[in-house]
Formats: sequence, structure tokens, C-alpha cells
Amino acid sequence: MLGKLSLSAIPLDVPILVGTFLGVAVIGLAVLGAVTYYGKWGYLWRDWLTTVDHKRLAVMYIILAIVMLFRGFADAIMMRTQLALAYKGNPGYLPPHHYDQIFSAHGTIMIFFMAMAFMTGLMNLVVPLQIGARDVAFPFLNSLSFYMTLVGALLINISLFIGEFAQCGWLVYPPLSEMQFSPGVGVDYYIWAVQISGVGTLLTGVNFFTTIVKMRAPGMGWMQMPVFTWTAFCTTVLIMVSFPVLTVTLALLSLDRYLGMHFFTNDAGGNVMLYLSMIWTWGHPEVYILVIPAFGVFSEVTATFSQKPLFGYKTMVYATCSIMVLSFVVWVHHFFTMGAGANVNTFFGIMTMIIAVPTGVKIFNWLFTMYKGRVEFTAPMHWTLGFMITFSIGGMTGVMMAMPAADWILHNSLFLIAHFHNVIIGGVYFGYIAGMGFWFPKAFGFKLNEAWGKRAFWCWFVGFYLAFIPLYVLGLEGMTRRMNHYDNPDWYPWMLVAEVGAIVIACGIVCQLTQLYVSIRDRNLPENLDLTGDPWNGRTLEWSISSPPPAYNFAVIPDIHGLDTFHTEKQLGLKAHGKPLAPIHMPKNTSAGVFIGLFSFILGFASIWYIWWLAAIGLIGIVATMILRSANRDVDYYVPVSEIEHNEEVYSRRIAAAQAAE
Amino acid sequence: MKKLWRYLPALPALMLSGCTVDLLQPRGPVAEMNRDVMVAEFVIMMLVVVPTCVATLYFAWKYRASNKEAEYLPTWDHSTAIEYVIWGVPAILIALLGAISWWSTHAYDPYRPLQTADNVKPLNVQVVSLDWKWLFIYPDLGIATINQLDVPTNTPLNFQITSDTVMTSFFIPRLGSMIYSMPGEQTQLHLLASESGDYLGEASQFSGRGFSDMKFRTLAMDPAQFNDWVEKVKSGSENLDDTTYPKYAAPQEAAPVQYFAHVQPDLFDGIVAKYNNGMMVDKKTGKVMHMQSASNAAPSDTGMKE
Repeated sequence: MLGKLSLSAIPLDVPILVGTFLGVAVIGLAVLGAVTYYGKWGYLWRDWLTTVDHKRLAVMYIILAIVMLFRGFADAIMMRTQLALAYKGNPGYLPPHHYDQIFSAHGTIMIFFMAMAFMTGLMNLVVPLQIGARDVAFPFLNSLSFYMTLVGALLINISLFIGEFAQCGWLVYPPLSEMQFSPGVGVDYYIWAVQISGVGTLLTGVNFFTTIVKMRAPGMGWMQMPVFTWTAFCTTVLIMVSFPVLTVTLALLSLDRYLGMHFFTNDAGGNVMLYLSMIWTWGHPEVYILVIPAFGVFSEVTATFSQKPLFGYKTMVYATCSIMVLSFVVWVHHFFTMGAGANVNTFFGIMTMIIAVPTGVKIFNWLFTMYKGRVEFTAPMHWTLGFMITFSIGGMTGVMMAMPAADWILHNSLFLIAHFHNVIIGGVYFGYIAGMGFWFPKAFGFKLNEAWGKRAFWCWFVGFYLAFIPLYVLGLEGMTRRMNHYDNPDWYPWMLVAEVGAIVIACGIVCQLTQLYVSIRDRNLPENLDLTGDPWNGRTLEWSISSPPPAYNFAVIPDIHGLDTFHTEKQLGLKAHGKPLAPIHMPKNTSAGVFIGLFSFILGFASIWYIWWLAAIGLIGIVATMILRSANRDVDYYVPVSEIEHNEEVYSRRIAAAQAAE
Repeated sequence: MKKLWRYLPALPALMLSGCTVDLLQPRGPVAEMNRDVMVAEFVIMMLVVVPTCVATLYFAWKYRASNKEAEYLPTWDHSTAIEYVIWGVPAILIALLGAISWWSTHAYDPYRPLQTADNVKPLNVQVVSLDWKWLFIYPDLGIATINQLDVPTNTPLNFQITSDTVMTSFFIPRLGSMIYSMPGEQTQLHLLASESGDYLGEASQFSGRGFSDMKFRTLAMDPAQFNDWVEKVKSGSENLDDTTYPKYAAPQEAAPVQYFAHVQPDLFDGIVAKYNNGMMVDKKTGKVMHMQSASNAAPSDTGMKE
């Protein structure tokens, strides 16, 4: 009846997990209680959970990302603490069974549910506004994508309390992840969490690709697109090409595990290297899926806060596109130690190095954007400068490992771990946080607190170097990744330094939470309010409308005459538009995404535990909801002119108030 | 207390002194090449990274908004000359690194046998990764060990590597390059120890519960000593053949060192063949042959049943 599920699946014997469960339960009940007490369920359901508004989905994505950051970071600091203790006969406090789950979960959560969710959130918030669109091409699919991502995140976190998570790393390499070596449900949690969220990501890719191709404001040619939109475009292409590969790879692994097939098993013709090749065909573009939008953020932030246009816009576009293409011809550098021939290794090594050229060009472009500008040291600019230095170093170590002869000794070492954290924290994370600070006023109508933002930056910046420079050294001292304990006295002091670094980063996260709290508390102070919708003297279209924007974004779709049209018109003192208002066609909210998400959760959970009748209910539920949704013709409405006029008037009054205050 | 801060910059150097930085202190020609390539790359990349970081800080400071002295060009966004430089300089450096890459990858391909000046006869070692230990078979000497690799110095070492469990990676940091061990596959690695010593050997690809203890000592010694060691091993009583192999191949954490005085000659081929329907490619003739060894029975279930 309940498949593999029984009471023994609940790890009551692990005090850390029981404590975590109690903590999560208390916080969860407190949130639910507060929503009930203030009678906000209706509001939450109507205005948030069933919304198809890209701006609100963006907010929900980023909240998910921040919650997942806590989870992923808790894993990180637990690993660091284990290795600061487990030296010379001391087993530490995490036995391998638990420790192996933690490093697997850390990577999976940080990549799929922190970084991907954050990136999708930023794209959701910014792309339609930057191209002068009123929503994305498929608003319902956008909501569905969010729920698919959320369900993946839920499944992976439930594995904490029911059953176990995978113990074979964030990419679950077979044959270790095959039934023979991992008979538990851990790998199945991984497969279903990643597969379901992968559907969401793929839909996001299709959705934003279509949006950018088809819904740009009149006059906005390809070369008039803001750089962030360009980077989002390249990312959607990468998603559409690479995510199907991931889906197929994991589907083949599922066939091995569920139906006893032999794609990647040791025997009967299975081939492990086939899995490695396929997973990295997705995996390498994936890191560019994450980092390219961060490049877009840095471009917008540097230009705005240097009070100058971006240096070399065309170069930036070409560089981004060449990175997009090159990212598909480098995947073998993840296994130079497989024993491939010298020509194969050299080809992929040199291709990898070539990526450093357009990436370097980007850094120089930001450098020359500051040159002869007026650089304002806001918190987003702090993250940007921190990025330029940190990413240069991370890029350098990346090129070092691109050389097969060097990778033969650095592969799988802590040097590698230091390298990819160097580019993912220093590039991706710094970028997303810069973007969050930059566009926060657009989403909420007030700015984030600067002082706490800068404190957070300094903690992250210093903490990063303290935590990861020791890992570079440890890599050079021959320490491999994923070790649970060790007895080499040379490694121990560096592990202690890395632990201190992790604690400093924890302070950075506390500063970020404080920043959110202080900003919300002081939101109505005049210096924090964003009345004009253009708090930074911005250059692109999103700053031409009120903060937060109305559901339809633009009362009148703007005409574009060139790059940074909004900024040019502002300089010339032109009013952005004078066209007559017309009723605006908008999509209605829908609960279909919530229900498909719910049934996907049931399908995933039931399949993990082999509860087939429940899985069937989940599958039927998904199909039935899709049919019902497709048959529903009542999916849109028109915003009447009177409402648009009212909103426009309120906005004009806010601008007038802001001007009076000056 | 204040004075202590002055010594802070020296702290990293202090922490490193007395430590062995394995990858920077090679004990063989392959590891030397690995290190030289790595250091060369580091230096070449630093030629760009250092000026970039300095320029980032300098430009940000020089053109800070409060510095009204600095020139401000609010519409300047293009310079063909600068674009040539920012595409050209990285391209030239990458071309240089690409050339080094081509040379080093070919010259030190792990599959390429090494030769010494005096043409010393290479030592063949067959390596099998097990759960969670290493089996070393010396096919020409008819002996084997678990979790200890003894090698003569200044002798080319020809490793033939496979796995009888999950995939992992065979790595002796101070001798250089690593190569994966994979079930049903034979990979090759050629190393040489130029100095005697006791070097760490490890599995560098996570392979499950006992991974952290999947280490072996690599004892490099001069050839005479090595011969003495071989005799010592041969004088033992343990045999490794199809009947005793399953016992030693069973999963075991932190396995002790073990010597085998006699090894069944085709044991390694049998281990490879059992994942290939009993088939094995003869390296000399390139022909597929059928293994008769008893170890080509169905793969033993060595799963981590818990």
C-alpha cells in the first residue's frame, strides 16, 4: 500500500535532523498562524499564489532562492565544521552516511534551487520591463514554471525528514548512483526533484525566448536591446538546447533504476562515460546559464552607477553570443582524466581557453565603462567591483585547469572546488545580489538599505577569500574533494581558516537579512521611497514607469529609437509618450499552476517511494488539470481606460511630490 | 598586540613552511611537467589578472563621483583602439597557452610510455580499484599487494588500471597525472619516481561510504631494495586467485596492507572481462578472446547493502 515507505524512513535517530525538523515546523506554523490571524489567506491566494504577473512571480522566485540559500549554506557550514573537527582519528560529528548526503544536497540545492531560481526571478522581473512588454509570451506557463521549481525544492527538502538524499554528489555519477550501489531512495529524490524543476526551467526558457523575440516594443531591433535582455536571451537559448539533454540523461538513469535497464550500469554493456559525457553536455552550458545573466546585471549596474553608457555595447553582445556558442564545445574538460587521446584533450582544452577571451573582453568593457565616468559607490556597485576582482582570479584558475596537463593533477581536488566557488560566488551570486539591490525599488517602490548592504558585501567578500584561498592551497597539497575525515597535519590549519571564512560569510547572510528588515521597517522614509520610478537615473525602459509598475507595466507601449532611448529622451526633456490610452488586454489569474504543481508533487513523491496507486492519481491529476485549463476560454480581460488614467494620475502626482521635495 | 599585525602578511608563508605542497614538490618527470605547466600558466595569466585588478581599483577610485577634478565624458562609449587591445591581448595570451597545451598534452599523454636515458626495463603494474581499497598486481613478478604500492626509482612504471566496483580515479600527487579506473575498461598511465620516498596515493573520485580511507602508501626505493622487497613478498604464504579473490574484493573500509606471494596470471584480465560478457581484447594481437578464468562469472554483487 505504501510502497517502500514505513515509519523507519523517518530519521528519528539523527538529533540534527530532529532539531531541524522542529525548527522548520515552528517557523512554518508561525507563518501559517500569522497568515490566518491577519486574515490574509484570500489576499495571498488571489494576488500571489494564482498570479500570472511576471513581477509577482519574480518576487516569489527570489524568496524561494533566498530560503534555499539558507538551506544550502547550512549544508556548507556543516561540511566546513566537520572538516575542521575530523582530523587525526577524530571522526567529527557527521558519519559518512550523513556527510555524503550533505555535500550532494549542497550542490544540488545551490545550483538548481538557489541560483536557477534567483536567475529566473531576475529575468522575470526585468526582461518584460526592459523590452516594453506588458507580460511574458505565455503568462500561465510562467506560473506553471514557478510551481515546478517549487515542487522540486519541496521534494529535495522533504528528503531531510522522510528517507534520505542521494549520497553520490550533485551530479549522481553512476555506477555509484545505480541500484546496485545506491539501493535507497536518495537518488530517486534527486531524480524527481531535478526532473520536475527541469520541466519548469525548460518552459521558462521557451517562454522568455518567445517573449524577447516577439514582444519587443516597436523600434527595438536586436541591437537596441538592453544588455541584460541580451544576456537573458542567450541564457534562454542555452536552456532550450541543454535542458532536454539533462532530462534525457536522468530519464535513462531512471530506466536503469526503476526498470532494471543497463544504460550506465557496470555490466551488460552499460557505459559510465556515456553518462558523464551527457550530463556535462548539459552541465557546462548550465554554468553559463547562471553566469551570463549575472554579466547582464553587472553591465546595467556599472553603466548606471558610472553615469555613462556601457563601453563597447556591440562588443559586449558579440562576446556574450560567442560565450553562448563556445559553452557547447568544452564539456570534455570535466573529464580530461578519462583516458581520451591527446588530440581530443587538446581540442577541448583549447576551446575552453578560448572562452577566456570574450570573458576577458567583458571585464575590460566594464573597466572602461568606469573610465572617465562618475562612479557612485552604492551597494550594487560594491558587489560589481568585488566581482571584477574575484572573477578575474576565478577565471585565471579556470584557465589553469583548462590545460589538460595541469588538470591531470588538479582534477577533483579542492583546487577545483575553490575554482568553481570562486566563479559562482564571485560571479553568479555577487551578480544576483547586485541585481536584487538594483531592481528592488522597481519591484517594491522603496530602496534597500545601503549601509547594511555594504556590510553584507564586505562580510561576503572577506569571508569568500578566507574560506576558499585555503581550498586552493589544500588542492595543491593533494587533498581531494568529498573527504569526510583526514589525518594529514599539513591540511588541518587551512581547514580551520576555511571554517573561519564560512563563519564570516554567515555574518554576511545575517547582514543581508538585517538589510531586508531595516529596509522594510524604514520604507516610508522620504529618502527610501522611490516616487519617480527612476531612483538611480537609469538608462533603460524599466525606469520609465512607476515603482512598483501597474499589472500591465506600460500604459502606452513606448516607441524605441535607439539604445537607451529612455535616457536620451530624459536628457532632451522629452515626454516618453503622448499617445491616447486604449483598453489593455491582460491575462487572468489562474489556479491551474498551483494544481499541476500539487499533482506533480504527488507524482514525484509517490514514485520515489514506489506507491504506484498514488503516482497514478498524481499523473491523472496533472492531465485532468491541463485539459480543464485548455478548455477554459475565460482566461483574459481588458483593463478599462478609466483605471489606466487613474493609475497614470497617481503616478504623475508622485512624480510631482518627488520634484517638490527636491 | 599592535606589533603582531605587522607579521600578519607573513602568516601564509609561515603556514606553508614545513608543509609539503605535493603538487609543487614533484618527485618524477611527469609531476615536474604538470607543475611547470601549471606555474607557467599562472605566471602568464597573472600578466593580465594583476593589471586588471589594479586598473579596476584605480579607475573606480579615480573616477569616483565625489572627485570633480577627474575628466567626465558622459556619452563616451566606444574606442576602436581600445577594442583592438582588449580582444588582441587576451587572444595572444590564449594562443600562447594553447601552444603550451598542445605540446604538453601530446608529449606527456598519460598513455605514452616513458623512457629513461639508460633504457631501464619498465615495471608493469595492474591496478584494480575495489570498495574501498586498491589492489596492485605485479604481473611480471607474480605478486600482488593491497593498499601499498612499492616501486623502484628511475624505472618507467606502466600502469594498467581497471575497477571491480564503481568508477574512481588513481592518483599519486607527487608522481603526477591521474587516470580514471572504470569497470570493464582498461586505462593506462605512465609515471616514474625519480627519488625514493613515501608518497600519498589516493582515490580522487568519490566512490561511496569508505572513500575517505581509500588511500595507499607509494614507497619508492632504489632497485636493489625493491628486489629485496619482492623476495620478501614472495616468501609469504597468501595466494590471490579465483577462489580467494572474492574474499579480498568484498567491501571493506580502511583496509590494512596485504601481500600476496602468488597471483593467478590472468586475474586482471578476468576482472575486466567479467563486465564484458567474458570477452577481453588481447593487447598484443588486437583480437577479442574469451576468458576462461573462473572470475568471469556474473559480476559479484558487491553492493553496499545496508
